Amino acid sequence: MKFDSPAGNNPTDKQKVIGKPVNRIEGPLKTTGRATYAYEYTETEIKPAYGYVLGAGIALGEIVKMDLEKAEKANGVLHIVTAENAGELDTGLFYADRFLAGPKVDHYHQAVAVVVAETFEQARSAAALIEVEYKKQNGSFDLEASLGSAKPLEPAPFTPPSETRRGDFEKAFEEAAVTIDQTYTTPDQSHAMMEPHATIAKWNGDKLMCWCTIQQINWGVRDLANILKIPAENIRLISAYIGGGFGGKGTVLSDLVAASLAARAIDRPVKLTLQRPLIFNNTTHRPATIQKIKLGATTEGMLTAIGHESWSGNIPGGRTEAATTSTRILYAGANRLTRLRLCELNLAEGNAMRAPGEAPGMMALEIAMDELAEKLDIDPVALRIKNDTQVDPENPEIPFSTRKLVECLEQGAEAFGWSKRNPKPGRVKDGLWLLGMGVASATRGAPITKSAARVTLERDGTILVQTDMTDLGTGSYTIIAQTAAEMMGVSLESVTVKLGDSLFPESSGSGGQWGAASATSGVYAACVKLREQVAQQLGFDIEKADFDDSKIKVGSKTYSLKKAARKGKLVAEDTMTYGDLSKEYAQDTFGAHFVEVAVHEYTKEIRVKRMLAACHAGRILNPKAARSQVIGAMTWGVGAAMMEELVVDTRLGYFVNHDLAGYEVPVHADIPSQQVILVEDEDPTMSPMKAKGIGELGLCGVAAAIANAIYNATGTRVREYPITCDKLL
Amino acid sequence: MKEFTYEKVSTIEEAVSAASKNENARYLAGGTNLLDLMKLEIEKPAHIIDISRIGLDQITPTADGGLKIGALVSNTNLAADKRVRKDYGVLSRALLAGASGQLRNKATTGGNLLQRTRCPYFYDTNQACNKRNPGEGCAAIGGHTRSLGVIGTRTECLATYPSDMAVAMALLDARIETLKIDGTARSIDFKDFHQLPGETPQIETSLTPGELITSVLLPPPLEGKHYYHKVRDKASYAFALVSVAAVLQPDGSGKIAVGGIAAKPWRSEAAERLLPSGAGLVAAKLLEGASATEENKFKLKLVENTIASIITQNKA
Ligand SMILES: Cc1cc2nc3c(=O)[nH]c(=O)nc-3n(C[C@H](O)[C@H](O)[C@H](O)COP(=O)(O)OP(=O)(O)OC[C@H]3O[C@@H](n4cnc5c(N)ncnc54)[C@H](O)[C@@H]3O)c2cc1C
Ligand code: SF4
Repeated sequence: MKFDSPAGNNPTDKQKVIGKPVNRIEGPLKTTGRATYAYEYTETEIKPAYGYVLGAGIALGEIVKMDLEKAEKANGVLHIVTAENAGELDTGLFYADRFLAGPKVDHYHQAVAVVVAETFEQARSAAALIEVEYKKQNGSFDLEASLGSAKPLEPAPFTPPSETRRGDFEKAFEEAAVTIDQTYTTPDQSHAMMEPHATIAKWNGDKLMCWCTIQQINWGVRDLANILKIPAENIRLISAYIGGGFGGKGTVLSDLVAASLAARAIDRPVKLTLQRPLIFNNTTHRPATIQKIKLGATTEGMLTAIGHESWSGNIPGGRTEAATTSTRILYAGANRLTRLRLCELNLAEGNAMRAPGEAPGMMALEIAMDELAEKLDIDPVALRIKNDTQVDPENPEIPFSTRKLVECLEQGAEAFGWSKRNPKPGRVKDGLWLLGMGVASATRGAPITKSAARVTLERDGTILVQTDMTDLGTGSYTIIAQTAAEMMGVSLESVTVKLGDSLFPESSGSGGQWGAASATSGVYAACVKLREQVAQQLGFDIEKADFDDSKIKVGSKTYSLKKAARKGKLVAEDTMTYGDLSKEYAQDTFGAHFVEVAVHEYTKEIRVKRMLAACHAGRILNPKAARSQVIGAMTWGVGAAMMEELVVDTRLGYFVNHDLAGYEVPVHADIPSQQVILVEDEDPTMSPMKAKGIGELGLCGVAAAIANAIYNATGTRVREYPITCDKLL
Repeated sequence: MKEFTYEKVSTIEEAVSAASKNENARYLAGGTNLLDLMKLEIEKPAHIIDISRIGLDQITPTADGGLKIGALVSNTNLAADKRVRKDYGVLSRALLAGASGQLRNKATTGGNLLQRTRCPYFYDTNQACNKRNPGEGCAAIGGHTRSLGVIGTRTECLATYPSDMAVAMALLDARIETLKIDGTARSIDFKDFHQLPGETPQIETSLTPGELITSVLLPPPLEGKHYYHKVRDKASYAFALVSVAAVLQPDGSGKIAVGGIAAKPWRSEAAERLLPSGAGLVAAKLLEGASATEENKFKLKLVENTIASIITQNKA
């Protein structure tokens, strides 16, 4: 099915199941430990051997000599994979990193060897017996020190233009009555998902099967085929449950390659997980940014000049952190400039992490707006409302499909009690604590992409949905079941959803907050086909049919759905594809974040007291799942604002705090009452589902709202994240 | 993790006897620190002596009105003990400020006293560390030192000793009772227990090889208001940047001990005498001779401000 004109009325509008806050259908499996994650499969006939990855001990240089002898002789050791015996390997098409070092080492903890043994403990202890002699090379590890070598971006997938302009930014900024010109920095961050990267790999002749934990099954098959130089048809990947990914499990990472190579070498299944201390420097992270923002406004607070430049670093071939993305669309203003520059750094690869580009960009832009509001003596909510736009400010001929930023700001402010905020910083006290409130806008793109599904009407009248879509704890299982239930007119209990298997039709996968809208649209398309088959079987006019309660009403007649499968189950498969609506409309999601913080008068400890997000993101398919996404994202915002930082040792070239004691993420005690308002919205330009993603929107702006609240509490403006007590002392 | 042999003992005599027979042995109590370090091959014992069933899990009154805490009393039970909560509030609060509920259930009094530093370079065996490999050098110097020590440090080692419990025990002038492998028992002043790095940062306490901690003695309760203020980047489940234990009298006199700044809980009686004169003077005296790095010099100000906060609360 091709979606190329805005959706009219369709069966999903009934919203008997869609739009209801139903619980996760796979919830009981998870709470009782029966949902199988990658490392937990027991379906290999032969007991798998265990693999353990040894990471490089230097940041850049060469392996001069590797002495494997002691390790090879250690108890239980079956094999050691190294670059010398692994055969020729390529890279994938999404990540630029090489998975096996040797002789060159590209970054710290890049895999130098994979030890395979009968038990995990044996593999681990043998890995420690490998003696590697390195020749170190000087590298670039310090973003700030590398700015001089920054370059514009080469055009590539997922890479925005290096520079965007409209009007005459320089002149307008020069002439503006009120200006802000500041530099902000965001640190390298880690996804720090709960489930480490893990794979069980099994070969059967030249066929490879992997139980793994990746967000994009289709990319995974493509990339693994490319890396191992084998045909994609020979690969089957299963990733049915994922314990968090956040972009850090986009496609193939070293666990998949290591397990595949090891299993091939010993001709036996191999099970492997990356140990936590390896993940930070071996896999990907969100790159640090240095951002310069210049805003010019009239004394009434109308933006006349908006300039945003951002620098980030990456390994050769790695992408940029596109921190200027939101600035291009968020506020009106005739004169605009954004610029992205990339430096070569020899740290681990930087890549997508929840709201890539937008999250760190909004961390900066939305402080700048707060600074401007203060300078103008205008309420920061009012300033944002004043500068709303209903057309893409870079391309004013393109309207937003739906944009309710103003509603989000207004409803949020009202519910939060924003009017009680004292605009003068450092004035409100509660005992030893200084109190402050902050606001930030939120925005995140709403991409939608091709997605397929297979839907089966079983002989017992139940529905089976199969698609290689993944569920990272996001609720994919549930919203897909809701979609099929609504379309086929059955109860949620009558729908079985199977995900995350490359044998199933190719879905959008999970990333860039495109999953919910895309994957359910693919299911919609397949259901439309299945409905037609049902109509054919039972001989009614589909145009007049109402599928409800496991029956179909057509005029005065009623058919039983089950009856359509009396001769055998009906199977329908389709792909939803898209025309040009995403070019005719700017499709984005919007919101507003409100935060109250307390800052200890003496120690400058920061505690978030209240948070509220008002979001609109098209039709909300499941308010409970959507709320969970948003409160999870708000929690991420607390981490980003107050503690998360991969600390670079710029001498040794690696992230020093490479465990969860050193890389701090929020705990329950850090998270106060969180309120989420889902502002009503339906976007017929997206797809028949009229939905958009919300999981990344919830993060964009949160950290800045916290930063602004801290300023309101203390009067100290911190422009370097994370904002920790030492920066306020 | 290196292969090791394992035995379980049921008395303290068996424990020290086992230790006397095995040069590279470690006692296993809650295992929350030892096992982590073994997995990373930072600790590589050849023999494990499991002492989790030797008793020593009681808290009993002493003749002089204090308390005797068995070395195997869990951090949870110690923090929750009625007498501790009533008379040694600072200790209970310090314990509850540490780790998490699950960890405190396993963690023991003896193990907590011997927990090792959280210096990030100590945790990465690719990096030089004098504590792990004496004489190898110290990767932390010139590197990421935000969490490291600001006083009593040396060019050999900047590490801090991260225990919260010990800060309170130092304040309370606790004593540590031990049994040596030759069968003799002794009692060590808390202030003599943890060692500054000197030229031998690998030596962290005054225990002799195989010496078993049997109990901690608390002197009779300290009258006054008890405070434990632990400052960190999040509200729970993080080690202290700085922590201050204090017992203050209505007239402003009292005692303080500071954690997070040195290889041992930091006290100075001269500084304590200045308490009635305000935090500025106390901190200046307490931190005399400090040598902080650019990254961690904030700790000096933070110590002063945390003391100031406690003094303010005591006046209120
Ligand atoms: C994630 C995490 C967070 C933490 N956060 C904090 C925190 O915020 N604050 C804090 O203070 N602590 C914290 N800790 C540390 C925790 O308090 C210690 O790990 C614990 O107290 C150690 O006690 P244990 O009984 O488990 O010791 P073990 O690991 O069993 O032993 C530690 C050492 O002591 C030796 N030992 C044990 N008992 C005796 C004895 N009776 N005599 C002689 N030697 C003995 C062992 O041989 C070993 O060398 C944290 C730990 C973790 C893992
Ligand atoms: S500070 Fe001490 S523990 Fe840390 S690396 Fe240096 S010697 Fe090792």
